[in-house]
Amino acid sequence: MFNPKAKLVKKLFSKDIKKIPTRHGYGEGVVLAGEKNKNIVVLCCDLTESTRNHLFKQKFPDRFIEAGIAEQNMAAMAAGMALCTKVPFIASYAMFSPGRAWEQIRTTICYNETNVKIVGAHAGVSVGPDGATHQAIEDIALTRVLPKMTVVVPCDYEEAKKATIEIAKIVGACYIRLGREATPVFTTPKTPFKIGRAEILREGKDVTIVACGSLVYEALKAAKELEKEKIDVRVINNHTIKPLDKSTLLQAAKQTGAFITVEEHQKNGGMGSSVCEFLAENYPIPVERIGVDDMFGESGTPEELLDKFGLTAPYIIKAVKKVLKRK
Amino acid sequence: MHLSDVEAKKLDIKANQIRKDIIKMLVKAGSGHSAGPLGMADVFTALYFNVLNHRPKQPTWPERDRLVLSNGHICPVQYAAMAHAGYFPIKELSTLRKFKTRLQGHPHRAALPGIEVTSGPLGEGISQACGIAYAARMDKKKYNIYCMMGDGELDEGIVWEAFMFAGKQALANLTVIIDRNNIQIDGNTEDVMPLEPLREKFEAFGWYVIDIDGHNITEIIDACAEAKAVVEKPVAIIAHTIPGKGVDFMEYDFTWHGRIPKSDEAKIALNELRTLGGKIKSEHE
Repeated sequence: MFNPKAKLVKKLFSKDIKKIPTRHGYGEGVVLAGEKNKNIVVLCCDLTESTRNHLFKQKFPDRFIEAGIAEQNMAAMAAGMALCTKVPFIASYAMFSPGRAWEQIRTTICYNETNVKIVGAHAGVSVGPDGATHQAIEDIALTRVLPKMTVVVPCDYEEAKKATIEIAKIVGACYIRLGREATPVFTTPKTPFKIGRAEILREGKDVTIVACGSLVYEALKAAKELEKEKIDVRVINNHTIKPLDKSTLLQAAKQTGAFITVEEHQKNGGMGSSVCEFLAENYPIPVERIGVDDMFGESGTPEELLDKFGLTAPYIIKAVKKVLKRK
Repeated sequence: MHLSDVEAKKLDIKANQIRKDIIKMLVKAGSGHSAGPLGMADVFTALYFNVLNHRPKQPTWPERDRLVLSNGHICPVQYAAMAHAGYFPIKELSTLRKFKTRLQGHPHRAALPGIEVTSGPLGEGISQACGIAYAARMDKKKYNIYCMMGDGELDEGIVWEAFMFAGKQALANLTVIIDRNNIQIDGNTEDVMPLEPLREKFEAFGWYVIDIDGHNITEIIDACAEAKAVVEKPVAIIAHTIPGKGVDFMEYDFTWHGRIPKSDEAKIALNELRTLGGKIKSEHE
């Protein structure tokens, strides 16, 4: 059954569920964070409106810095600003930041211990028609490997807003991953959110689906379908990939004995990999990972691409049945 | 402040001490770079002993001038200058590149107070310096930002991203000092990747440019004063230097960029520095 403490929207599977991109949650969240903390500045690489930073720019024109199409300079420059008490949010498409600017992020932000927030928009294959060059599906791997880095992947607009406000309060490097497409808003302002604490959205005893990003909604849909077949599925929204919520995962591993991980990212090195690393060392159980299987994306609609790479509810259901046989 | 001849002479002697320490540090460390640190000894001496408004005993003093080393591999010269200026004991110089040292092979901000940014991967210091300069201006801070760069480093694309930004923003509180020694690991800069016309490139990016002899301490100090007086543009001081300066067999030879003297070579080098190339008698002979 759905966890009442998760305070999800009432008509969870209504066809009319509101859809808003997670990047919009960030855009509003960074304005709210900026109202509280005057040291917050935003740097952007010629993508002000698509990263939703025009809202911050309108509200705080003196604290918005146009960096031009120069992600590497933006990252290191932000590190310099952070050394002067600023709290920079740097925004681009995830493919270019952290993608292109990875080494600057490693050296001048993480190793240099500077308080910079990296905002990666347009992550995942659901970017759609732009094609593989602009579909970041390696960014979780790139960021979670870095010491001193916190990695957050919000599941919807509401959570993106909360996550933005929360990472502004952490002192240290953070990466927040956002999507381009409008996706269902299934959490509410009352849904709990804490960095580093995975949320159990649905209780269940047979198997656990650990998901992040907008595919958490697909996991909930799969759980509902499986209920009809008397398979009782726990669904965990694992929004913080680093640091991993080990206690919630360990408890679920002990209580359900099998995991499915779901993410819009390469299987290699992603959220599922990080869960597997933890389980292998602490409580090995059968796991099936849903993700892009060592391939690049291509042009298409988000729906076509999510289907091509097997990232939607029907594929999750198949994976659940497969993992249950391995239990 | 313009120097008297007596003061200039004192700083020349200081630079010579720093060169000797560089040779000793490199030999002890067993690895590192020789030509760059020796070539920049005069510039670092001028900065730490005249130009910078700083407090070595209070390295986090908020109003201090910021010295950012972008080509981090020449850090032995910075460490030696810092030790002589009083940031830490001179004897600690012998820990360069050793396990648990504060003097990391490339400078690390969190390891050693007084190091403003972690650097070494080329081009990243100048971008951080631009960030510091921008933030300082936002907060109406009066301090100056000095960024030391290598000429080979200018091959990096990020450098020109940063120069473009500084030009656009007219970051007048930023002064870059380029070590124009014409060498990099694979050879002469103009063979590896031509940089000239360098002055014109800077000017096209909206910078004010000063060419100087990077071994003339008075010229270095005067150029920094001129840079401070320029209020509408960032300033690039192109310091023409001799790689390996002070050690005859290293001078102008690109092969000394990335290697260190063996013990017999170090002996010759130290003797040369002690006697100022045979001009004076060494007190240690």
